[in-house]
Amino acid sequence: MPEHDVLIIGAGLAGQRAALAAAREGVSVAIISKVHPVRSHSVAAAGGINAAISVADDWRSHAYDTVKGSDFLGDQDAIEVMCSEAPGEVMHLEHIGVTFHRNDAGELDLRAFGGASMNRTAYVADITGQAILHVLYEQLMKHSSTVERFEEWFVTSLIVDDDGSCVGVVARDIRTGRMETFAAKNVILASGGAGQCFKPTTNALICTADGITQAYRAGAPLMDMEMIQYHPTTLAENGFLITEGARGEGAHLLNSEGERFMSKMAPNKMELASRDVVSRAEQIEINEGRGVGPDGRGIYLDITVVPRKRTLEALREIVNIGKDFAGVDITREPIIIQPGQHYIMGGVKTDKDGCTPIPGLYAAGEVACVSVHGGNRLGANSLLDTLIFGRRAGEHASARARSMAMPSVSDAQLRRDAETIEQIIARPRAGRRISEIKEELGTTMNQHVAVFRDEQGLGSALEVVNRLKEEAQSAYVDDRGTVFNQDVLGAIELGYMLDAAQTMVVAALERKESRGAQFRTDYPERNDAEWLKHIDISRGEDGEPKVSYSPVTITQWQPEERKY
Amino acid sequence: MSEFTLRLRRYDPESGEAPYWESHTIELEPHRSVLEGILQAKGRFDGSIGIRCSCRAAICGSCGVRINGQPGLACHTHLDEALERSTDGLISVEPMGNMPVIKDLIVDMDAVHWKKIQSVTPWLLAREPVPEREYLVDREAMVDVTQSMACIQCGACVSDCLAMEVDPDFTGPAALAKSYRFVGDPRDAEHRERLTALSEDPHGLYTCTHCFKCVDACPKGVNPMGQIMRLRRIAGSDHHIEDRNNGYRHEHAFVKNVRRNGLLHEADLLPDSYGGKFNPRAVPELIASLPVALRGVLRGKITPAKALLHPHKASKELRAIFDKIESKPERYELNLYVSGTDEDNEPVTAEATT
Repeated sequence: MPEHDVLIIGAGLAGQRAALAAAREGVSVAIISKVHPVRSHSVAAAGGINAAISVADDWRSHAYDTVKGSDFLGDQDAIEVMCSEAPGEVMHLEHIGVTFHRNDAGELDLRAFGGASMNRTAYVADITGQAILHVLYEQLMKHSSTVERFEEWFVTSLIVDDDGSCVGVVARDIRTGRMETFAAKNVILASGGAGQCFKPTTNALICTADGITQAYRAGAPLMDMEMIQYHPTTLAENGFLITEGARGEGAHLLNSEGERFMSKMAPNKMELASRDVVSRAEQIEINEGRGVGPDGRGIYLDITVVPRKRTLEALREIVNIGKDFAGVDITREPIIIQPGQHYIMGGVKTDKDGCTPIPGLYAAGEVACVSVHGGNRLGANSLLDTLIFGRRAGEHASARARSMAMPSVSDAQLRRDAETIEQIIARPRAGRRISEIKEELGTTMNQHVAVFRDEQGLGSALEVVNRLKEEAQSAYVDDRGTVFNQDVLGAIELGYMLDAAQTMVVAALERKESRGAQFRTDYPERNDAEWLKHIDISRGEDGEPKVSYSPVTITQWQPEERKY
Repeated sequence: MSEFTLRLRRYDPESGEAPYWESHTIELEPHRSVLEGILQAKGRFDGSIGIRCSCRAAICGSCGVRINGQPGLACHTHLDEALERSTDGLISVEPMGNMPVIKDLIVDMDAVHWKKIQSVTPWLLAREPVPEREYLVDREAMVDVTQSMACIQCGACVSDCLAMEVDPDFTGPAALAKSYRFVGDPRDAEHRERLTALSEDPHGLYTCTHCFKCVDACPKGVNPMGQIMRLRRIAGSDHHIEDRNNGYRHEHAFVKNVRRNGLLHEADLLPDSYGGKFNPRAVPELIASLPVALRGVLRGKITPAKALLHPHKASKELRAIFDKIESKPERYELNLYVSGTDEDNEPVTAEATT
């Protein structure tokens, strides 16, 4: 049985950063990922990473912008940690090799981004996430003797002992089908978000709520699950992301009348208001008949106002996406976009060091909710979140590991998980196909748990999700093999997604106000008197979601009306 | 909606059976990707079809395959394009080459691709002292290395590398492009050491045969062969690394040969690579190549007259090209990320009136 002081699940930015931080502390570290680390979804982050590194900037300004962006639901102590540590983290990335673009003086160049009061987004063209992810993986290759890697291993359960501490995981080697119990003093969840609960989504096929649901099933509370970010610029057909960097470089949003409609909702920041505001403005234009495209469901993003040389240098990836996936040369003509599911602000509830209420269980990155994003995440704050809290979780877990003995772990959970997998494989070919259930889940969530929500829609979404949970019990698989049986993993992932989706809908029903990404047409105002609080969701004894509340931490910024 | 027939290469390592072809008919708009087609087949008909995939948008590099014999990403190839290139009306999808197959379209990238990446010291060997803030470096240098940084490690270039097919130990296009990412990075302290190691490796920098396969295969415009050629120019012209494999001298002999003859005169190339016919180092090489030369003569590929006389002379125009390029104070390297023009877009109104 492999034993490690710190065992990390997921090898995107949060996981790799946690692994490198823990390795530096000299403890034994392993990282498990269901895909090769460079395939992790962090690779898709395009626009950049925020840090107050300019001499004219101050981390408090970054923190205030983040608090305001969160619609005052973010915990300000955590936001202060993130923003004050950001410059050091970006310099660290620079020192280990990230190829950040420079200004003419050779310093890091900074671009404008949504909701920010000044240019503070460092970037590598529009492949920032890819560049950072690949550089961190370079470091993992460099430190291969101190960080053990289990690439293409799928975690099936967290192991919680009788005292309620997390003491390891059960995982399956995807290449061979072999199950293994991993004992660990500490487990750090860094396995990303849940975008596949929605269709379309900008998220990769691997973003299936694995860590969120594993923690939820192990008894950890989730927080802010109603806060689902719809990104203002995604391709209608397939949900592909057009980076906010485009608007950062000066691109305009236009309705069918050629009007820069953002002037109505955000006269100062215009296209660079926070994402919830821009997505809502777009949706209003579409709903009121001023949309563009064949079915009027789109908005023009006009990048032709950016100098062509600059677009080719700094937005090359979306030049490619426009050409390859929409047949549009974005340097010559506008491209049709729409709001699309992009990110979940919620996740496994943690403190500033990534600790969940379960001893020995940490979470960092999109799987976690610290909460630094509150009701709405600012663009280019997610990379920062993954790195800061990934590192802090790695450091904290290492310190904890030094003061304890390796727990003894039995194979009981492994036997249960192996049996579950056998049962899935043995299901008769009746019932529905997994792909059908997933499709229905995605379209339902995208219809009712989107930019605008109401009681009725959310109620019907909950009914659908509950029915799908039933149907998933008998959904059958075709693959009966052990080598790369992606079919059976798909069945397990479907279960993860359905549990997570249920908590999102329950939380959205619960919050009877409009704040950040949650806009309830039946409760259109923000209501600080009743709802300036987090919604926490735990799994009850009966397996159903149980709601409770926790306070928002306010340090120096009192809630005020939000204007852009 | 249109119907397309996908012909998938299937292989189940647990069955004991050989690989086989299996066809599925799917329905999608013609501009949707081959990956979406495969996922539809997997979702509707057979969940056991094995393919790695994640982002669907040519960023994660998971779904490298061969489509109608051409390497690339399944998510980055439109169904209609794939059909156009087909000779039998089917879209054939098979696993990438040069790497062992694990199952169906999934290959063992660790065994080949990642091993080679690991062999080039793929991390920054940072210049000392490390500054408190960022390293101050040239703006253009960072834009320049973005092209090799844009590599998503999909393995498409490795799949069809002809040099690797002949010499499986060849470092290969992806790992050499990764090397350029450090050699082109002004923060790296060991450019010369890296270039020396790559040049002296008998399966390294000079094993590439300029076949352009990797340039065609790359879905991200990384231009691996271009990066290899840049490494050679930096190793040879800037660092004057004359490797034991004779790669450097061979390349210079090549250029000299074309400059003199207007086109390649092969009989001179070998001796020139070793310092000329009368150079003591050339003699054993010439003797060793005699059997090849004789076979060439016997099969009519060369004649003694052609081999000994110089039927071509470079034209004045050609020499002028060489002179012009060589008289430039700096080398001008092409790079995708600096390919934009200085012209700003014309205003929309002006476009509308023309």
